[in-house]
Amino acid sequence: MAAGEQTSSEYIKHHLTNLTFGKDQDGVWRLAETAQEAQEMGFYAIHLDSMGWAIGLGLIFIILFSMVARKATTGVPSGLQNSIEMIIEFIDSNVKDTFSHTNKLIAPMALTAFMWVLLMNLMDLVPVDWVPQLATFIGSNFFGMDPHHVYFKIVPTTDPNVTMGMSLSVFFLALFYSIKNKGVGGFVGELTLHPFSSKNFLVKIILIPINLFLEGVSLLAKPISHGLRLFGNLYAGEMIFILIALLPLYVQWTLSVPWAIFHILVIVLQAFIFMVLMIVYMNMAHETGDH
Amino acid sequence: MNINLTLIGQAISFAIFVWFCMKFVWPPITSALEQRKKTISEGLTAAEQGQQALEKAKVDVEEKLSEAKTEAKSIIAMAEKRQGDILDEASVKATEEASKKIKLAEQEVEQLSMRLKESLKKDLSKLVIDGAEMILKKEIDKSAHDKAIKDLVNKI
Repeated sequence: MAAGEQTSSEYIKHHLTNLTFGKDQDGVWRLAETAQEAQEMGFYAIHLDSMGWAIGLGLIFIILFSMVARKATTGVPSGLQNSIEMIIEFIDSNVKDTFSHTNKLIAPMALTAFMWVLLMNLMDLVPVDWVPQLATFIGSNFFGMDPHHVYFKIVPTTDPNVTMGMSLSVFFLALFYSIKNKGVGGFVGELTLHPFSSKNFLVKIILIPINLFLEGVSLLAKPISHGLRLFGNLYAGEMIFILIALLPLYVQWTLSVPWAIFHILVIVLQAFIFMVLMIVYMNMAHETGDH
Repeated sequence: MNINLTLIGQAISFAIFVWFCMKFVWPPITSALEQRKKTISEGLTAAEQGQQALEKAKVDVEEKLSEAKTEAKSIIAMAEKRQGDILDEASVKATEEASKKIKLAEQEVEQLSMRLKESLKKDLSKLVIDGAEMILKKEIDKSAHDKAIKDLVNKI
C-alpha cells in the first residue's frame, strides 16, 4: 500500500489518477494537485505519465525494430532478428488474410499498433506500487511536491485518451480511404441507401433518413468500441491488481500470481484484437464492390 | 478519465511511429525475408538439380563400368587365343629346330665315325704290319713287304 494513513478508496483513487499538466481555471499551466483539479482543467490538459510511457515504449519498439531492420541479413538470422521476423511474418499473414487490397500503409500500421499496444499493455504486469512509489519519492524529494499529490499511472492503455487517440486516428484514416476509394457519392450512398433499399424512387428517398441513422450509428460505434474495448479490458485488469494490492501482504500472491498469468493472455489478446479490428476497418474502407 | 489533449498527443505520436515504421522498419525486414525465401527456393532447386545430375552420373558410371568389363573380357579372350597361337607356333618351331639339330648331330656322328674308321683302319694296318714285322723280322724284305702292305691298305 502507498502511504499508511490512506484509506482504501483514497489508495484506489490515487492509483487511477493521471499526472495531469494543464491550464487551470485561472489560465495558468501547471500540474494538477488533485483528481478534482485535473478534471476541472478540461480539455486543455495533458497526461504526462500516459504520454511519457506511451512515447517511451513506442521508442523502444521503433529503436529495437529499426536496429534489426538496419542489420537484417538474408542469411541465417540471429536470435533477435529471428524473433522480430516472426512477429513481422505473423502481422504480415494477418494483414494478407484480412486485407484484400493494395496499400503499403496497412501492414506497417498494423505492426506499429500491435507492438505498441502490446508494450503498453505489458506495463500492467509491473507491480502496481513500484513505479508510482518511485515517482512519489522523486516528486516529493526533488521537485518539492506534496507526496499525496504525485499521481503516476504507468499503463498508457488504461487511459481512454490513449486508446481513443489511436482508434480515432484509425477512424479518420478509414474515412479518408473510404472517400478516396469510393468517392464522396459512393461513401454517402453507402451511408444512405443501406441496409434498406427499394426499386421505387420515392420509397428510396423516404428510407434515406432511416438508413442514415442506422449506418451513422454503426459508423460512429466502430471507433468508440475499438478504443473502449482496449481501454476497458486493461482498466479492469489494472483495477483488479490494485484491489489485490489492498489485501494483506502475505495473501496477495495467491491472487496476484494467477491474475498476472491470466493477464498475460489478455495483454496479447487485446493487442491482437486491436490490430485485427484496425485491419478490418481499413479493409472496409477499401471495399468498392456494390452493396 | 478526462478526455483532453493526451488524445491528440497520442494520435500524433501514433502517426509518427507508423510513418517511421513504414519508412525504416517494414521494408528492409520484409525485403530481407523475401530475399531469403528466394535464396532458399533457389538452393532447393539447385539441390534437386544436383541430385538429378548425381543420379545420371551413377547411371553413366554403371554403363561405363559394364562396357569396361565386356572390353576386359574380350581382351582376355584375345590374349588367351594369342597365347595358344604363340604356344603352337613355338612348339612347331621347336620341333623344327630339334629335327634340324638331330640331323646336324647325325651328320657329325657320321663324320666322326668315318674319321674314327679311317684312324682305326690306319692303326689296325699298322698293328698288323708291326705284328707281321715282328714275326717275320728277319726273313722278310722290308721294302718288298712294305709295298705289299701298302697295296693291302689301299685295298681295305
